Amino acid sequence: MNLWRKLACAVLAGVLCASAAANWLAPAGYARQYREAANAPPSRAHWLGTDEIGRDRFARVLYGTRISLLLAPAAALLSTLMAALIGGLAGYLGGLWARMATAVTDLFLSLPWLFLLITARALMPLNVSPLFSVTVTFLLLGLLGWTTAARVLCATAGSLRSADFVRQARAAGVSGQRLFWIHVLPNLRPVLYAQFWISIPVFILSEANLGILGLGVAEPLPSWGSLLKELEGLVSVGDEPWKFVPLILLVAVVMSFQFLLSGQDQVTA
Amino acid sequence: MRSVMRVRRVCRRAIAVTLLCLGSLTGRAVAQGGGELRFCLRMEPKTFDPLKVEDEASAAIRYLTGGVLVRVNRQTQKLEPELAQSWKVSKDGRMITFRLRSGIYFSDGMSFSAQDVAYTVQQLMDPALHSATGDAFRSGTGNVETKVISPTQISITFPAPVAGLDRLFDQVAILSEHSPRKEMAVLGPFMLADYKPGASVLLQRNPNYWKTDEQGRKLPYLDSIRLDIQANRDVELLRLKRGELDLINSLDSEYFDKLEAASPQLVHDAGPSLDSEQLWFNEVAKAPIPAYKKNWFRSATFRRAISEAINREDLSRVVYHGHAQPALGPFSPANKFWFNSKLKPQAYSPDAALKSLQSDGFRLENGVLKDKDGNEVVFSIITNAGSKTRERMAVLIQDDLQKIGIHVNVVTLDFPSLIERMAQTFDYEAIILGLTNVDLDPNGEMNVWLSSSENHQWNPQQKAPETSWEAEIDRLMRVQASSTDLKQRKQAFDRVQEIVVEEEPFIFLINKNALSAVSTTVHGGAPVILSPQTFWNAERLTVSR
Amino acid sequence: MLRARIAGHALALVATVLLGGFLSATLVRLAPGFDADERQLDPHLNAESLQALRTARQHDHNVWRFYFTYMNRAVHGDLGTSLALGQPVRTLLGDRAPLTLRLLTVGLALAWLAALSLALTAAWLRLSAYDAVTTMVSGAFLCIPAAVLALLSVLWNVPGSLAIALIVFPPTYRYTRNLLAKSYSQPYIITARAKGLGEARILFWHAVPAVAPQLLAVAGVSVSMAIGATIPVEALCGLAGVGQLAWQAALARDLPLLVNITILVTVVTLLANCGADVIGHMVRGQES
Repeated sequence: MNLWRKLACAVLAGVLCASAAANWLAPAGYARQYREAANAPPSRAHWLGTDEIGRDRFARVLYGTRISLLLAPAAALLSTLMAALIGGLAGYLGGLWARMATAVTDLFLSLPWLFLLITARALMPLNVSPLFSVTVTFLLLGLLGWTTAARVLCATAGSLRSADFVRQARAAGVSGQRLFWIHVLPNLRPVLYAQFWISIPVFILSEANLGILGLGVAEPLPSWGSLLKELEGLVSVGDEPWKFVPLILLVAVVMSFQFLLSGQDQVTA
Repeated sequence: MRSVMRVRRVCRRAIAVTLLCLGSLTGRAVAQGGGELRFCLRMEPKTFDPLKVEDEASAAIRYLTGGVLVRVNRQTQKLEPELAQSWKVSKDGRMITFRLRSGIYFSDGMSFSAQDVAYTVQQLMDPALHSATGDAFRSGTGNVETKVISPTQISITFPAPVAGLDRLFDQVAILSEHSPRKEMAVLGPFMLADYKPGASVLLQRNPNYWKTDEQGRKLPYLDSIRLDIQANRDVELLRLKRGELDLINSLDSEYFDKLEAASPQLVHDAGPSLDSEQLWFNEVAKAPIPAYKKNWFRSATFRRAISEAINREDLSRVVYHGHAQPALGPFSPANKFWFNSKLKPQAYSPDAALKSLQSDGFRLENGVLKDKDGNEVVFSIITNAGSKTRERMAVLIQDDLQKIGIHVNVVTLDFPSLIERMAQTFDYEAIILGLTNVDLDPNGEMNVWLSSSENHQWNPQQKAPETSWEAEIDRLMRVQASSTDLKQRKQAFDRVQEIVVEEEPFIFLINKNALSAVSTTVHGGAPVILSPQTFWNAERLTVSR
Repeated sequence: MLRARIAGHALALVATVLLGGFLSATLVRLAPGFDADERQLDPHLNAESLQALRTARQHDHNVWRFYFTYMNRAVHGDLGTSLALGQPVRTLLGDRAPLTLRLLTVGLALAWLAALSLALTAAWLRLSAYDAVTTMVSGAFLCIPAAVLALLSVLWNVPGSLAIALIVFPPTYRYTRNLLAKSYSQPYIITARAKGLGEARILFWHAVPAVAPQLLAVAGVSVSMAIGATIPVEALCGLAGVGQLAWQAALARDLPLLVNITILVTVVTLLANCGADVIGHMVRGQES
C-alpha cells in the first residue's frame, strides 16, 4: 500500500472515530443553544465558535459527520449500481436496449425533478424524525443521480462488446450473464469509481439545497451540507476563517476516498 | 392574437424610445445635475399599470412615477395635499370632494383635469379589475358615482361608508383619460424610460412634473433612477460596499451588523416598523390532523401557555441581533394612533406556562408533556424556506418548548406548497409567517379579522363565528368600518387588540425594526419606518459621486 | 448506414422531446402548490377577487387539454404566455437564450480545456504527486457549493462562465483521468512502449482514441451539468438568462414557461448526447 493510500485510510479512520466519539469530544451536543454567545469566534469552550443561534460548531461538525459520511456514500453506491445496471447492461446488450436506455437517460437528465421532490415531501407526514427525513432525501438523490454515469457506461460497455477479450470469452462458450458480471462489469470500474467519488460531495451539497423544499436534514440535526451553507454569507467570511473548517474536512475526506479508489487503476512511473 | 402581441410590443418599444428621446432632450434643457440614484428591486415588477399593483417592486415604481391626489407623508404620517389642493369627506363617510390644482400636465404633455380623476376612479372600481387597490374602496355593493363639478373640482360618492377614505387615495395614481400612451403618461416625479426584463428598470425625470421646492427650483433634483433586479441579498450588500448601489431600502439585521462594523455611517435603524412576525395554530374543524391535536389548538389555555413559554427577548436579541422588539399585540407601537397603549408586554415564564397546561389536564412525564389522554405533545411548525429569520425563530421556539416537554418538528417549505397547506388543504399544525403592513388604518386588515373571510388565517371562511370572541371581533370590526367618528373607531379597535391578546389566535412574536443602508453619496436621505423607507422623498434627493 | 443512424436518432429525438414536455407538465401539475398564488394572502383583496384568482388558474388543470392546446399553438409559433411575468414565452426565451448560450459555451470550453490539459499531462507524466495535487484541486472545487462559487465570481468581478467552468471541471476531469488511466493499463500500450514508441505518440495515437467514444459521452453529459449550473450562477450573478427564468418559473409554478424550458433543455441535451453518440460511432467505425 503506497503512502497516499495509507494517508487516506488514516484520515478516514480519524474522521470516523472522531464522529463516533462525538459524545465525549463535544458533550454539549449539537442542539444546545448558547444564546448569550451567538456567532462567537473560537474559544476554549467552543473550538470552532458558535453558529448564528449559539450552537457549538465543533459539535455540529462531529455529529454532522455521522449523518453525511454514512448516508452520502450509501446513496452514491445506490446511484452507481443503478448506473451500472441501466447504462452498463443496456450498452452491453446493444441494439434496441441501448437505444431505449439512452432515450430514458436523456429524458431523465432534462426533466424538472424539483417537482417530484416537492411531491415526495408532500407525501411525507409533517411529523417525521429528522433522521427519517434525511434518509429519504439521500435515497431520492441516489435514485435520481445515476443518469450522468449511465450515459458514459453505455458508451463504455458498447465499445467493450467488440473488445478482443469479450470475443475470446464468447468463443470459449461463456454465457451472456456470466460474461457481463465477470468480464464486462469489472472493466467498467474506472467510470463506476469516478461516479461514486463525484456523487459523495454532490449529494452532500444537494441534501442541503433540498432544505428549501422541506427535505434534507431537519432542525436541529446538523449535516455537512447545512454547515457548508454558512459559507454563502460570503461577504464577511474572510473575517471568519473558522467557518471554512467543514469545507477543508470535506475536501480531505473526498480526497481520501479518491486515493482509496484509484489504487488499483493508477499506473505509477 | 400573435399580431396584436407583436403590435403591442412594437408600441411599447416605440413609446420607450420616444420617451427616452423626449426625456433626454428636455432633461438636458433643464438639467438639475442631481445625478442618478441606483438601488435594487428584489424581484421583477409584475405590472406598470398603477391600478393593478400588488407586489413590492411594482409598488415602488408606482410610488416614483404615479401622481396621487393626496400623499401620506412617510415621515410625519400625516396626510398632505398633492394634486388635490384640498379635500372634504362628507359626514356619512360616503362622499369625498377634491379641489384640484390647475396648470398641470402629464409627462407626455396632455393636460390634467378632473376628467382624468373620474376616469381613473371608474377604471379602478370596475368590477372586472380585481385589484388590491380597488378592493380597498369596496365597502359595499353598488356603483361608484363620479361627478365632475368643474375642471378642478370632482366629487366621488361610494355606495357605503369607507373608513379612512381620504388616506386610501395615497395608493391611487391618476391615469390620463385621453393620452395615447395610456399608463405610460404619468404625473409623478419620474417616468419609465427603459425596461430590460430580468435586468433593470430605468426611470427618468418627468420634465412636466408640477412641484417646485421652496426656492422655486423644479423637482425632482435627480436626473434618473436605475433599479436593478437582484434577489440575492449577499450580492446586493456587496454592490453597495463597492459603490455600485446608493441604497438598500430594506436591510436584514445580520447584514446591518456586518455593514455597521465596516461603515457605520451607512446604516440606519429607524426603530420598530409596522411589520410583525407571528405563530398560529390550525383551528380549522375539517383539517386533516388528529382530533386530539385539534383539541389542543382550539384551547385558548394551550395557546396562551405556548405564548408564555416563548422567549421573545431572545428572538429579538439572537435572531434579529437586537433590531426588533417583542410584539405586544396585532399592531406595532410604531403605529402611534391605532396601537392600544394599554397593552402589557407578554411575559416569558415557562413555569407559569407549565402550570396553566397542567390545569388543563396536561402532565409532564420524564421530560415529555402528555395530554389528559396520554398523547405526547408533538407538533410541527412550518414556515417558508428562504427566510433565514423565520427558520431561526422556529429553531429557538423549538428549544423553548422543549423546556416544557413539548417536542416540535420544524419544516421549511417552498412558498406555494406552504400556501396550499395553509389556505387550501389545511394540512398543517402550526405556522410562522409575517404580516407586512402597508397601511396604518386597521380597516386594511378587515379581511384578516372577519371570521367569514378567506384571510382569517387560523380558521377561515366560517359560516357563523365559531366562538363568542370571534363574533365579538366581527361586530367590532364592522363598527369601525362603518363609523366616521375616529374616537369610536379607535375604541372599537382597541378592544379588538385586547381580545386578540387574550385569546391568542395569532401568537405575535416580534416587531422588526426598519433597517436600511444609504450611501454617503446620497444627500437629503432620511430613512423612516413607513414603506418606501429610503426613497419616500426621492424627488428631493441628490446624488454626488 | 450513417444516414439511417441519423434518421433514427432524429425520430427518437422528436418523440423524446414531446414525451419530455408532457411528463414535465404532469410533474408540475401534480406537485403541491400548483393552484397557490401569493396574492391569495393579500388581505386587501375581497372575496370576488380571490375567486377570480382561482378561476384564472382553472384552465390549466387538465394536463392533457393543456398539452394538446399548447402543441396546437406551438406549431403556429405561439409558445404561450408566462403566468408569473405576463409576457409571451417566445419573447422571454428569445431575449434570454443568447446570454445563456454564451455562458454555456464559454463555461464548457474553459472546463474542458482545464480538464483535458490536466488529465493528459497526468496520463503522460504518471507522477503520483501530480495526481495528488490535481485530485486535491478538482476535489476542492467539487466540494464548494455552486452558490458560493457564483458569489465568489461576483466578489472578484469575474464572468459567470468561469463559475460554470469551475462547477463542470471536477467531474469532467475525474472521468477523463480515470478513462485515460484505464486505457493506459491495456496490454497493447505496454507492447507499444516496449517497441519503443514515444510517449506523445502513445498518448495521442493509441490511448486517447481507444477511449474516444467514452470521452465524447462525457462531453455530452457535461452539457447537462453545465445547464444545471446555470440556475444558481445566473440567479446570483444577476444575469438575465434562461436559468434565472427557470428558477422563477419553478417557484411560481408557471406551467407554460416550465414546459417550454423543459422542451428547450431536452432538445439541447439530446442534441449534445446524440451528437456525441454519432461521432463516437464514426470514430469506432474508423478504428475497426
